[in-house]
Amino acid sequence: MAEQLLYFTELISMPVYDLKGRRIGRVKDAAVVPLVHPSRLDRILVGGEFSWLTLRYDQIRSISLDEGIHLNDEQLVPYHDDEYMLRLSRDLLDQQIIDVTGRKVVRVNDVTMAIVQENGRDILAVLEIDIGIRSIFRRVLQGVMPPRWIRRLQRRIPPNSISWEFANVVEPDPQRRLRLNISYSKLEQMHPADLADIVEELGPAEREAIFETIDSEVAAEALSEVEDLKMQANILESLEPEKAADIVEEMSPDEAADILNELEEETSEEILDEMDSAEKSEVRELLDFRDDSAGGMMNTEYVALHDNATVNDAMAALRGSEDLLDGLNTLFLIDGEERLTAAVPLARVMIAEPGTRLKDLANDTLIQVPVDEKEDRVTETFDKYNLLTLPVVDEDGKLAGVITADDVISVLRAR
Amino acid sequence: MKALLSRFRYHLAVFFAVLGPGFITAVVDNDSGGILTYSQAGARFGYLPLWTLLPITVLLIIAQEMCSRMGAVTGKGLSDLIREEFGLRITFIMMALLVVVNLTNVMSEFAGVATSLELFGISRFISVPLAAAAVWFLVVKGNYQSVEKIFLFACVFYVTYVISGFLVKPDWKEAALYSVKPVLLLEPAYIYMLIGMVGTTIAPWMQFYLQAAVVEKGITAKEYAESRIEVIVGCVMTAVIAFFIIVACAGAIYATGPKDIKDASEAAVGLKPFGQYAFLLFSAGLFNASIFAACILPLSTAYSVCEGLGFESGVNKRLREAPIFYFLYTALIVVGAGVILWPNFPLVKMILLSQVLNGVLLPLVLIFMILLINKKDLMGEWTNSGWVNAASWFTVVFMIGLTLAYVAISIRGV
Repeated sequence: MAEQLLYFTELISMPVYDLKGRRIGRVKDAAVVPLVHPSRLDRILVGGEFSWLTLRYDQIRSISLDEGIHLNDEQLVPYHDDEYMLRLSRDLLDQQIIDVTGRKVVRVNDVTMAIVQENGRDILAVLEIDIGIRSIFRRVLQGVMPPRWIRRLQRRIPPNSISWEFANVVEPDPQRRLRLNISYSKLEQMHPADLADIVEELGPAEREAIFETIDSEVAAEALSEVEDLKMQANILESLEPEKAADIVEEMSPDEAADILNELEEETSEEILDEMDSAEKSEVRELLDFRDDSAGGMMNTEYVALHDNATVNDAMAALRGSEDLLDGLNTLFLIDGEERLTAAVPLARVMIAEPGTRLKDLANDTLIQVPVDEKEDRVTETFDKYNLLTLPVVDEDGKLAGVITADDVISVLRAR
Repeated sequence: MKALLSRFRYHLAVFFAVLGPGFITAVVDNDSGGILTYSQAGARFGYLPLWTLLPITVLLIIAQEMCSRMGAVTGKGLSDLIREEFGLRITFIMMALLVVVNLTNVMSEFAGVATSLELFGISRFISVPLAAAAVWFLVVKGNYQSVEKIFLFACVFYVTYVISGFLVKPDWKEAALYSVKPVLLLEPAYIYMLIGMVGTTIAPWMQFYLQAAVVEKGITAKEYAESRIEVIVGCVMTAVIAFFIIVACAGAIYATGPKDIKDASEAAVGLKPFGQYAFLLFSAGLFNASIFAACILPLSTAYSVCEGLGFESGVNKRLREAPIFYFLYTALIVVGAGVILWPNFPLVKMILLSQVLNGVLLPLVLIFMILLINKKDLMGEWTNSGWVNAASWFTVVFMIGLTLAYVAISIRGV
């Protein structure tokens, strides 16, 4: 027999009959117990004459839209609230969930289930979460006209639903999250920018739940993709200082400094205290600069070599700083007093002989800005000289950091 | 002393950071309909109705404060919360009502644009399509931050009413006296007018807009103290503007001969004997108020509906990502502006209908608000405290009573 579908709206208020065919009540809610089975409807809650009863899935003989639910067992237990149950009407319907494949936050309108035959019993399995107009239509008319009519009328409206497997429930309470077996590991596979979009749409408690549980590296990437600096700060503030510090450590120092700058002094000190000393001192240095100056825009992730170094030395240095490689396009040369002397495009290093002095590969003119240069002038400089990377030097001409094109784009976008 | 000063500076900085939602919502409350009501009050009864502004401000503050608190604490919009706590069907019904009520409101805003610019000799067939296009582009092509700045700037233009109030040279002594001295005339027209003044004060869309704007701005419970002050300042500003509208009409029209006016532009014309400037400023203020509300209403409606029903929304989404949002937004503007150009469109009847539906919707919104704000699992320590709750319930019951009375009077009046 072909699989039959049943919507949750149709299950609600469906009559339940005992072995002798007497009606004992109507369905009030139903629950999945994720620790036992991820999609089977394990419990159905029935509103009896005086109180609610709990039906286990194996106490049910048959389920059908026209005939209701028939039982095969008399031993029904009264309902008591069980924290391992994900109740569809209470916990799922009308709430926001994350559609992992569609990469967005959606609101649950209805749930589509399949009636499956197993050991001579009918079992309900959750198939899809319904969103979109068709399910709104069904919910609004539920109970107003017979279910068969609604089914016929809704045929014209295209369905819109997401598979239960890819629906991620958001639960702020960590205890309940464990009991309901909810994890956000699926979210870690997403592109950080998509994850950031999702997080932006959720409420503060749900945001915190996600950042609290996902891997710090993913969290750091997603956090830096969140567009609003204030929201970034709010998220960081809501986390435990240790977790916040783990995330901040994974961020690039300039972004970390920007966010910490938004926080109240006490909170940012708490987070800094939890960080490793190397990252801490880098971030601290950046915290002293004004937001709208070159010092505030720059980061300290660069590769600098002595100005006598050769291509061979450069290769060795690059091998030693693999975590910087992603965005790297320029090497910097400094003299004995750490003063910046030249900038070398990485591409030229690639095609040069191993013994060539880096100095000979350098750009003719060295373009640099002081740490207190205004933001406007920095963006102008980028535009004028078509730069990807711009070195920033302190009063003594020492290399303090670099500004990269993405920093400039963020500044321009923020206007 | 120094510590005190730096603390003050900190709070001032936070105040400016949260400035926007409460202020804009309260000021937009003085839209074309509000201006008409206050003009009528001043033109017919002079300074007598001024005392109502004080209690009106208190009612407005109580209602607005609840929404901004819910937004700051939960980080969710009002329609989101109603959906999550009360289910889809009730949300659907409320949103359907909200669309109809706000559509008629948009119509009256565009009517305000048309009549105010006609005072400057600009035909409505030019002004209304241009205004509609400008409104559409402003929001679709802008982002929340820049739009908010424009809105705050538009708030400044309400100062035109203050100036025209001065230009009319009203009797300040009487104005001051009647601002604090309640006068109750047992005259039906007077009572109707009082009910009308309170009835136009709290509209359903304001609650949705305010809470959504608080959320959008990212105001949190921590900054709530400043946000509350912002709401209060906004409400007081609104009352000040209303005061000057009444005073201007009292000084200009009532002083020369009390009469009924049917249109806010009629009030502007009444100011003419007091100089070209008084007239121009009053008309410009009407235009500003109308187009300002015409920007906010369609946007706020589309947002509330899409959030409540779970459609994608937001001006930063593309048309293909959020089709229903853009459809609703565009339809509200096109229909709202279109009917103004439609000869013989029964605008008065539509506005009456909207008042009736408003009377159905507002009680629902207010009751849901108060139920939501008292939910411990939602608001935590931020639920209403004892006497605030009593005041809120009083406000809700009082507003519902007056709104229903207002509806009854409107129906009888036609």
